[in-house]
Amino acid sequence: MNESTNQTVSHSIDDCRNLDWYIDKFIQVFVFIGGISAIVFIIGIFFFITNEGIGFLFKSGFQLTPHAVSLLEEAKIPDDTLAALDELAGENFETATELEAALEDVLMPEELSQFQALIVKSAVYEPFSISEFFTSYRWKPTSEWNPTYGILALIAGTASVTGFAMLIAIPFSLGAAIYIGEFATGRQREVLKVLVELLAAVPSVVWGFIGLSIMNPLIIRLFNVPIGLNVLNAGLILGLMAAPIMTTIAEDALKAVPDRYREAAEAMGATRWQLVFKVVLPASKNGLVAAVLLGVGRGFGETMAVLMATGHTINLPTSVFDSVRALTATIAAELGETAVGSDHYQALFTLGILLFLVTFLINLTADLVVRGIRKG
Amino acid sequence: MNHEFSIESRQFNLWYGDFQALFDIDIGIRQGIITALIGPSGCGKTTLLRSVNRINERLGYVRTEGLMKVMQKNILDSDVELAQLRKQVGMVFQRPNPLPLSIRDNILFAHKLHTQSHEKLSRQDENNLVENVLRQVLLWDSVKERLHQKAIDLSLEEQQKLCIARLLPVKPSILLMDEPCSALDPKGTEAVEELLWELRGQYTILIVTHNMAQARRVSDESIFMLMGKLMEHAPTDQMFVTPACKETADYIEGRYG
Repeated sequence: MNESTNQTVSHSIDDCRNLDWYIDKFIQVFVFIGGISAIVFIIGIFFFITNEGIGFLFKSGFQLTPHAVSLLEEAKIPDDTLAALDELAGENFETATELEAALEDVLMPEELSQFQALIVKSAVYEPFSISEFFTSYRWKPTSEWNPTYGILALIAGTASVTGFAMLIAIPFSLGAAIYIGEFATGRQREVLKVLVELLAAVPSVVWGFIGLSIMNPLIIRLFNVPIGLNVLNAGLILGLMAAPIMTTIAEDALKAVPDRYREAAEAMGATRWQLVFKVVLPASKNGLVAAVLLGVGRGFGETMAVLMATGHTINLPTSVFDSVRALTATIAAELGETAVGSDHYQALFTLGILLFLVTFLINLTADLVVRGIRKG
Repeated sequence: MNHEFSIESRQFNLWYGDFQALFDIDIGIRQGIITALIGPSGCGKTTLLRSVNRINERLGYVRTEGLMKVMQKNILDSDVELAQLRKQVGMVFQRPNPLPLSIRDNILFAHKLHTQSHEKLSRQDENNLVENVLRQVLLWDSVKERLHQKAIDLSLEEQQKLCIARLLPVKPSILLMDEPCSALDPKGTEAVEELLWELRGQYTILIVTHNMAQARRVSDESIFMLMGKLMEHAPTDQMFVTPACKETADYIEGRYG
């Protein structure tokens, strides 16, 4: 009797690899892959964008432009010269003199003199510098004579639209969150929450469409301005887009305030407003700041709606009625038309690096704020 | 009406939605003494306590009937200002619930709620007030060096004392306590009970407790409740020695509860 009990016990220990065991192992591995792939993807994306764009940042010196090469090729020159010229077109020279010397080696003297004027004028790049990239407002990547890559106007466009959007989204979303979290009750609260989440799910192209076809004529009529696709339009659209997400996160932050704080304050005779302003908001300020930051990140990275509503014009805005162009919209509109590996292509990827870094920083800050880590 | 009663109710009924939690409660809580509310879980003693400052109404589905008088004023009248009522009736909760502020700001919180901006105290007066109430709750010596630290960092016993202290600046006449020692260790319980005796006389104290020994130690009178009904209200010594109802006797002796 005793022996048989022992046998049963040892049997069950040996035989633990049943179906449940395999399912358990499989799920563990699956979940692990799912979790780790997030990290792998982030690193992969970062490397891809950096790899494509970083060359542009460290570029210096002089090169024959494709335009100059095509001009030279149109002239009647022998095939072997042509091949040498093609080779030369890919090379990079420290100084303009070196480039000219190389050209003298390849071309016949008469050909050289024929194109000398042209070469001196347009066949070389101006030396690229990183400070020019950030401080010039000339973004003319498709210019055949003298392409320039200054992103100041694009940064100004993105900053003005995002800033204006936050002016609208912050009061709206915090107000909505406070109302839903602290004042609305029962059915009304549930309906509001569902509606806000529904609003967050509206595709950005639909928002862009609203900006293009409803806001544009409205702004033209209301403010009597020549064009309604501007900072005001895109800011409003972007603000309305960011507000639902900010509302949802802010409401979560309010909900995380323990109810006993509210009970304590109410038992001391606080009115609803006193309760909200003196207890709930201070207690949830980290979460609210995070909500705002994530809203900023959302606005910063939004592409389609700003492409459609800003007017997509390179411009340093001086009023909300100026059309601008955003960083993201520039990439979206131009990347399809660039040759892989060209300067323009690389410049767009450099914009990508910039966007990636900024949104990464914003999200990181939001995360740290939520955890209550204060800097300095 | 008898003026020695701070809290007085007549035919007080209370419903949570469709569930009736209190049935025809008639109580008279005498001024300046400590009254203990005892009874098994779910008997309605906390509900009764929370009806005195109407904090029950936060739930939104509470309905009441009858008369509940606090300082000779029926608090169920429509002209009652909740803020004023709650200024007069302070409450201490089961779990210490200091606000996420500094110790000093916790003490001044209720005070600031109930003072208009033109009668604001100077900083010196505020300091005196803080010191004064912290001395009253026997907490001054242990926290005087860290008034600007978060109240959450105090020990539970100190937190609970702070929760009592923060009620005092607005000069309430009644203190409601909902099992104030249930989250504390025996030493903390002793300290809070000692404090109750200190406060006795200045305030009318109504305390809910599960602990028979505590009710016996700290209260002058006891109220025994069962199934939402008031069974017996008598001086504590008398109730614990010669209870009038059989149910009271059974409960006190631990036959149920």
